[in-house]
Amino acid sequence: MKRLLSSLVAVAVALSFLASASFAKEIKVGVVWPITGLVAAFGQSAWKGAQLAHSMKPATKDGCKIKLILLDNKGMKLETANAVSKLITDNHVKAIIGAITSSNTMAGAPIAEKNHIPMITSSATNPLVTKGKKYISRACFIDPFQGKVAAKYIWNNLHAKKAAVMIERDQDYSVGLAHAFMNAYKKLGGKIVAVEFFQSTDQDYSAQISDLKSKNPDVIYMPSYYQELALFSRQARQYGLNQPIMAGDGAEAEALIKIGGKAVNGLTFTTHFDPHAAATPLTVTFVKAFEKKYKTSPDAMAALGADAYFILVNAINEAGGCKATPKKINYYVRHTKDFKGVTGVITINPKTGNAIKSAVIRKVKDGKFVYVTTVNP
Amino acid sequence: MDLTIILQQLVNGVSLGSLYGLVAIGYTMVYGVIRLINFAHGDIMMVGMYFAFTGIAMMFLPWWAAFLLSMLASALVGVIVDRVAYKPLRNASRISALITAIGVSFFLENSFLVIYGGVPKAFPIPSVFNGAINIHSVIFPNIAIITPIVAIVFLLILLFILHKTKYGMAMRALSFDIDTVRIMGINVDLVISLVFALGSFLAALGGIFWAMRYPAINPLIGIMPGLKAFAAAVLGGIGSVTGAALGGFIIGVTEILVVALFPALAGYKDAFAFLFLIFVLLFKPTGILGEDLERGRF
Amino acid sequence: MKIDRNNILTILAILVFFLFVWWGSNHLTAYAVRVWEDTLIFLMLSAGYNLINGVTGQFSLEPNGFVAIGAYVTAILILTPAQKESMFIIEPMVPWLANLHMSFLPALIIGGIVTAFVGFLLGFPVFRVRGDYLAIVTLGFGLTIRVVSNNTITITNGSLGLKGLPTYTNIWWCAVWAVIAMIVIMRIVDSAFGRAMKAVRDDEDAAIAMGINTLWIKQIAFVTAAFFEGVGGGLLASLITIISPTVFTFFLTFELLIIIVVGGLGSMTGTALATVVVVWGSELLRVVEQPMNIFGLHIPGIPGMRMVVFSILLIIMMIFAREGIMGQKEFSWDWIFNKIKGKRA
Repeated sequence: MKRLLSSLVAVAVALSFLASASFAKEIKVGVVWPITGLVAAFGQSAWKGAQLAHSMKPATKDGCKIKLILLDNKGMKLETANAVSKLITDNHVKAIIGAITSSNTMAGAPIAEKNHIPMITSSATNPLVTKGKKYISRACFIDPFQGKVAAKYIWNNLHAKKAAVMIERDQDYSVGLAHAFMNAYKKLGGKIVAVEFFQSTDQDYSAQISDLKSKNPDVIYMPSYYQELALFSRQARQYGLNQPIMAGDGAEAEALIKIGGKAVNGLTFTTHFDPHAAATPLTVTFVKAFEKKYKTSPDAMAALGADAYFILVNAINEAGGCKATPKKINYYVRHTKDFKGVTGVITINPKTGNAIKSAVIRKVKDGKFVYVTTVNP
Repeated sequence: MDLTIILQQLVNGVSLGSLYGLVAIGYTMVYGVIRLINFAHGDIMMVGMYFAFTGIAMMFLPWWAAFLLSMLASALVGVIVDRVAYKPLRNASRISALITAIGVSFFLENSFLVIYGGVPKAFPIPSVFNGAINIHSVIFPNIAIITPIVAIVFLLILLFILHKTKYGMAMRALSFDIDTVRIMGINVDLVISLVFALGSFLAALGGIFWAMRYPAINPLIGIMPGLKAFAAAVLGGIGSVTGAALGGFIIGVTEILVVALFPALAGYKDAFAFLFLIFVLLFKPTGILGEDLERGRF
Repeated sequence: MKIDRNNILTILAILVFFLFVWWGSNHLTAYAVRVWEDTLIFLMLSAGYNLINGVTGQFSLEPNGFVAIGAYVTAILILTPAQKESMFIIEPMVPWLANLHMSFLPALIIGGIVTAFVGFLLGFPVFRVRGDYLAIVTLGFGLTIRVVSNNTITITNGSLGLKGLPTYTNIWWCAVWAVIAMIVIMRIVDSAFGRAMKAVRDDEDAAIAMGINTLWIKQIAFVTAAFFEGVGGGLLASLITIISPTVFTFFLTFELLIIIVVGGLGSMTGTALATVVVVWGSELLRVVEQPMNIFGLHIPGIPGMRMVVFSILLIIMMIFAREGIMGQKEFSWDWIFNKIKGKRA
């Protein structure tokens, strides 16, 4: 009896697999994002955005269904490379979305490039990611632009002449962005009065705060992630360091406000989008659907995840739906022009694969993210 | 570098150090009794944080109830870990037990990652622990004053338990010779469970205060403090409860003072505890207050 | 080397193995080849790791540190001066390193030698302690390597890491090095040194009493392991094409630990089997993290489940099957022939 039952189950499982695998007219798209590990928060957020985007546009014009296959890279480079390789050769995907961080994307990029599979990253902002690559593109701006925007804002709007920089030494994101900022700020005529270092595992910044107090800058630029920013702000305010703090896109997460409490009030940062300053009609519909489905506003990672998906679907459409070849898809991804995405109007430079788009400046006010301004490229 | 800054860093260092100390006590007790580095001990600290977080933010308990329940629940987790994973290996080689301990550590980290997700949670700080006092521009955050006091109170309670109660004496006896104690008719497994319970209880306490000091918690948060607390336990002399607390103070204060006095070394901060560890092992393997390792006692 | 039955069979087996590699490199999918490359590199790493942990019985947690050293040295040597100049944007690289450039094989060997030398130096302080302390000190070493590589910006480019390494590593490099590592390590295990290592493992005090210089025996095991871990790091670096201080974390050591436990502490052939099982198993286990449709019933994927399964597996192995696949035994031709003869008799 038991044996009969188990063989029945086996047959049924096999049948259901067959049913789901065959007949459907579909095109497979791989997604490589960290769902576990240290940067899981970003991957999970981006995945929410991409899933919602998928439910909004599950098929191309000619009725070709798009199937997303998500592989977790745990935020690790070797895993990213393996996942990209698996997606291409085992799952036969026509295009790949991912990864979140620049370094992981760079670990997977050579494989996509070698196999001529277009890869579009939602949020890798390091300039090196697409350098010299023909099949790697991105839906976000790059760090030098972001650093420049921050420097200009500090110089022109905050009228600050002396800045201090807090660098998270073991995060390439932080080091790269800080570097871009300092170059741009010095060019404008600003003075960097202090450069302090810390590490991701540090939770105590009291030593750096003491030093900053003695250097007395007008503003503190800290390109870091929300957790570090929140803890730093709390401690800074507690120890009487009250200068304004400016950050990059890593700041944006509900957790910043939850962890930072009152201390992060006034924290300003450059980012990719603001859900309440609609840039395009798609922004409005996406934000509405997102709030309905997940009961919270989308953050930049979710919006960028969705944009990576929308850009790709657009390109697949142009390339002929189910008949699209990776090469053609890549051509149309790279020739994305004035695409009205969630995060704004996106044009991708066919030569470099970098997105040309505006940056948004937001700040924390009374425990909420509010829109400050949009800076065009 | 003026005096206020040094005083300020001292305040920070002492409260950080007492957290290391609380966690180090668990290491030292477990090692003293069953000669095992409980790699999962730092993760018990994380477990304590998440339990307290769940109590306050999701079950809306008053903070003291949430804290107490969390510490008791963490103690239970510690006991279960011992019963399920370590007890079957009591007579196996030490390497087997150590590998299992690493397995338990990964298990705790990843199951909490599955349950709570990787996004850091904001730890809700009860208002009692917020705020700060400013004395001659040296700032004493409330939490920095309360932490060392709490640590010392619990250290005294623990010393009382160890020296004045029947079970405490049994624990001390175990660290000399398990087999003899067993022959004397004492329920050895019960006593070992108690050791795990006490150690985990204090780790959770340390975790909760850690979370109030740095209110962003994630499932991997216990690793680093755990390792440093272990270094503290060795520095103080493994097997000695007072030594563990003292070792914690020393490592906490050094970490903060060195970074304050030599900002260029800030990047090397995480390596200090291990340099300490290596030097202690090379020149005084018994630590500050420890006796001969093979005759450990509390 | 004597030309006897066993050696001839071993040589034949290696030839068959290379035949399989040749077949695989032409017929397997790129993904399968890639996982085999991982497998072979991991085989080399875990064979070295087992020499120190299983054969010599010194519970050390060093691999991620050594792999990182090998990876950095190799990476620095195979990058062209022009690449290095464009990459070091924070501070320029120290000149004598910036202009070094060589081909892959010497770079790998130098990577191995440098790592072995670091292992040799590290051995003196760490082998003054035993057992649990050794574990925690070597764990601290791995962490220190990460801290140092983050801070020595003029050598390692700090957290930005080294990017765009040339991809020399292919299945042949991995296969040849894995075979070399297995042969060298198994010969050591079979030699007088190997017997001394086992003596140290089984009873260190007795080994001292017998006049064995335990420090040197441990050093031989440690340095050998370090060499192969360094070379493995070099291969990995060129395979991933990007290295930074966060690439080789304690997780790598954990994976290797699982492999040698599953294979049997002290058994090299067991390690080989276990490497295949664990590396491929972990790829196949991706299934548990993916949403499934069975009978139209939707089971959402549980991200992170893979690691939970892994750690439970390790704990269960340690409690119920501490011996692993092979225990301390080795697969040997004699054993097979005895089996066959035994059946006839």
